[in-house]
Amino acid sequence: MFPTPIEKRARATQLTYQSFLPLALLLWLLPLIAVAVFSIKPGTDFTNANYWGWPSSFEGFTNYGRVFFDSDMPRYMLNSVLITVPTVIGAVALSSMTGFALGIYKFRANLWIFFMFVAGNFVPFQILMVPVRDLTLNMGLYNTKTGLVLFHIAFQTGFCTLFMRNFIRALPFELIEAARVEGVAEWRIFWFVVLPLMKPALAALSVLIFTFIWNDYFWAVVLTQGVESQPVTAGITSFNAQYRAAYNLMSAGSIVAAIPPVAMFFLMQKHFIAGLTLGAVK
Amino acid sequence: MSDATRIETRSWFHRNQQTIAPWLFLTPGILFFLFYVIFPIFQSFNISLYEWDGLGTPAYIGLGNYENLYWEFVDRDAFYTALGNNILWLALYLLAIPAGLFIALFLNQTVAGIRIYKSLFFFPFVISQVVVGLVFTWFYDPTFGLLNSILGLVNLGPVNVLGDENLVTFGIIAAGLWPQTAYCMILYLTGLNAVDPEQIEAARLDGAKGWRMLWHVVLPQLKPATFIAFVVTIIGALRSFDLISIMTEGGPFGSSRVLAYYMFEVALSEYGFRMGYGAAIAVVLFLIMMIFITYFLWSMYREEKAR
Repeated sequence: MFPTPIEKRARATQLTYQSFLPLALLLWLLPLIAVAVFSIKPGTDFTNANYWGWPSSFEGFTNYGRVFFDSDMPRYMLNSVLITVPTVIGAVALSSMTGFALGIYKFRANLWIFFMFVAGNFVPFQILMVPVRDLTLNMGLYNTKTGLVLFHIAFQTGFCTLFMRNFIRALPFELIEAARVEGVAEWRIFWFVVLPLMKPALAALSVLIFTFIWNDYFWAVVLTQGVESQPVTAGITSFNAQYRAAYNLMSAGSIVAAIPPVAMFFLMQKHFIAGLTLGAVK
Repeated sequence: MSDATRIETRSWFHRNQQTIAPWLFLTPGILFFLFYVIFPIFQSFNISLYEWDGLGTPAYIGLGNYENLYWEFVDRDAFYTALGNNILWLALYLLAIPAGLFIALFLNQTVAGIRIYKSLFFFPFVISQVVVGLVFTWFYDPTFGLLNSILGLVNLGPVNVLGDENLVTFGIIAAGLWPQTAYCMILYLTGLNAVDPEQIEAARLDGAKGWRMLWHVVLPQLKPATFIAFVVTIIGALRSFDLISIMTEGGPFGSSRVLAYYMFEVALSEYGFRMGYGAAIAVVLFLIMMIFITYFLWSMYREEKAR
């Protein structure tokens, strides 16, 4: 193990390390902690320039209450859910098929199709912006959640295919050959042999795509406009415009907007990390 | 249909299903991807040759948009500022890789509660860039920001990071480095897990430690992690948009623009819908990105062939 395990070091080093850990974490998360503190302060603390002093009263419930009952925030959150969940399902479904095709079968175009997906996934969003916006307008889907979902599914299929294909490549191929010898149809091999083995990959991709899409801002701004379809990342700017200079409310709003992917991460940590490393680093 | 023909068709499909099946599985994914990703790339190239406000009839002007960019006929000092900032982003964003490695080495221990520490250090990556942008805008705020409060303690400041033409891009990059470092950290933590303990022990017996151990024994084994960290950091740097949009909207005086943001501003904002001009900027960004994409694909290709 590298670096040398701390328990093999002198007692003094161990103690320094253990006291340094929380300190380092505190420093690392400082900007975030500041926002968390802001979110429980009363608004008067800001008008009285009491920015960093002790909150003159605890207003956490009032602040968060106003975010939930006195603004469009719940609506934006719901929009985010309605955009994110279908995208996750769509992208994972499409890419488990493409990943299967590219991971199992040998044919001449295989590697090129794979590279098309990989390259497309790395492209800057701006090169797609004008045509995709136009396309969405022409289909009558501008400013709808469907328009956003369809694009997200297509774009995420690139990344998901990369991930799924590499995962399927690492599965024992003998299983598939054995099934073929038995005369099992190809789609049955996909459904009954490979898909059950792909559960960890499906889980990893789902959490990852959930986070990516929840946090998307660019496409939300390009393809949607109003409270009826915008997800929370875009909605928060209107929220902030509504509560300009009410830093306690803006902080509470930001924290609310950030919570779902954070919760997802803490619940599904193992899968999340497996997904981030693209399965290449085990 | 007689029984004989049915068996005939079934066996035809059966005989050829290994050739047909992959295409059946691929079709929906490929169609979606072509429709929304691949074709639009070519359309953008085409649109960049026109002057178009997004509504009326596009007027063909050849390479006019590119000439405007090159000589900065339309927006003075916009294109090269944005391009320069992009290069700055690329260079400084790469700091996330050594910084991530450093934190990973710091956290690669087995003391009580280390798992929670690791997750909390990773935290910034999970939050949306929009929230990161807001958090840092407030952190930098000249009247109440934490940064200036701390600087005030040692009788420095106040500095208005986001209002200063020379500091603003550095301020935004610092905000971007926060989640990116967390990402690189997690890549290296997983990588360090897989480092062969026997090699480490053997090197230790040979008297290697500290930097030499890291450089000659550990880093070579972390190569896959470094590669992915490199890929995601480069892509992240060139994609920087959210933070700029939230923190400064390209200001002050356009000094924090990057190509991605400039393109958006030109094509879809109060400056008017100049779709052709925007597409030309996007093409420039795409070509820069293409250099890296080609390199990534080339590395992947070599690895595939080596298998």
